[in-house]
Amino acid sequence: MNVIVTFLLVLGVFFFAIGTIGILRLPDFYSRLHAAGKCDTLAATLTVSAIALYNLHDLSFASMLVSWKVFFIVFFIFMASPTATHAITKAALIVGVEPWLKKGARK
Amino acid sequence: MMSQVFLAIALALVMLIFLTLVRALGGPTVLDRIVGVNMIGTKTTVLLLLIGLIYEDMPMFIDIALAYAFLNFIATIGACKYFRRSKRVHLEDDLDTKKEVSA
Repeated sequence: MNVIVTFLLVLGVFFFAIGTIGILRLPDFYSRLHAAGKCDTLAATLTVSAIALYNLHDLSFASMLVSWKVFFIVFFIFMASPTATHAITKAALIVGVEPWLKKGARK
Repeated sequence: MMSQVFLAIALALVMLIFLTLVRALGGPTVLDRIVGVNMIGTKTTVLLLLIGLIYEDMPMFIDIALAYAFLNFIATIGACKYFRRSKRVHLEDDLDTKKEVSA
C-alpha cells in the first residue's frame, strides 16, 4: 500500500514539475496553456488519488467518508480544470492574443 | 516513515509554486498571469491535503481544500469574463502601442 501511494505521489509531482517547466519555457501563450492544462488535470488527479488511497489504510466508516470527499475533490478538479482552460483560451481568442509563428511563416 | 515522504513531497510542491510565481508575476499578458495563478491554486489544494496528512487532522483540512478548489475555479472564470470584456491584456506595452498609433 505504502509503495503504491509513494509511487503515485512521486509521479504526480513529476508531472507538476513538467507542467511548471512548460509554463516557464514555452514561447507562446497558447502552448503555455497546453502545459498548464496537462499539469492541472493529470498531476492533481494522481496526487489527490494517492492521498485518498493512503487515507483508507485504517478501514473505518469515518476514514471512508473522508476518502469519499477526497475523491469528490478529484472529480471536481477533473471537471473544472479543463473548463477553466477553455474559458481562458476563448478569452484570449476574443481579445486577440497573437499565436507564435515560425519566422517567415504566412498568417 | 510515510510522514517524511509527505513532507518531502510538500517541500517539492512549495518549490514548484515559487517557480510558477515567476510566470504569474512577469507574464507578458494578463491571461498568462491568470494561468499562473490558476496553477498555483491547484498546487495549493494538493498542498493543503498533504498538510492535513502530516498533522493527522484530515477532516478539517479536506473542507479547506474543497473550498479552495471551488474558489480557484470561480476566480479564474470571473477574471476571464472580466478581461474578455475589457480587451486590454497587454498592460506593459499598452503605452507603447498608443504612442505608435498616435505617431
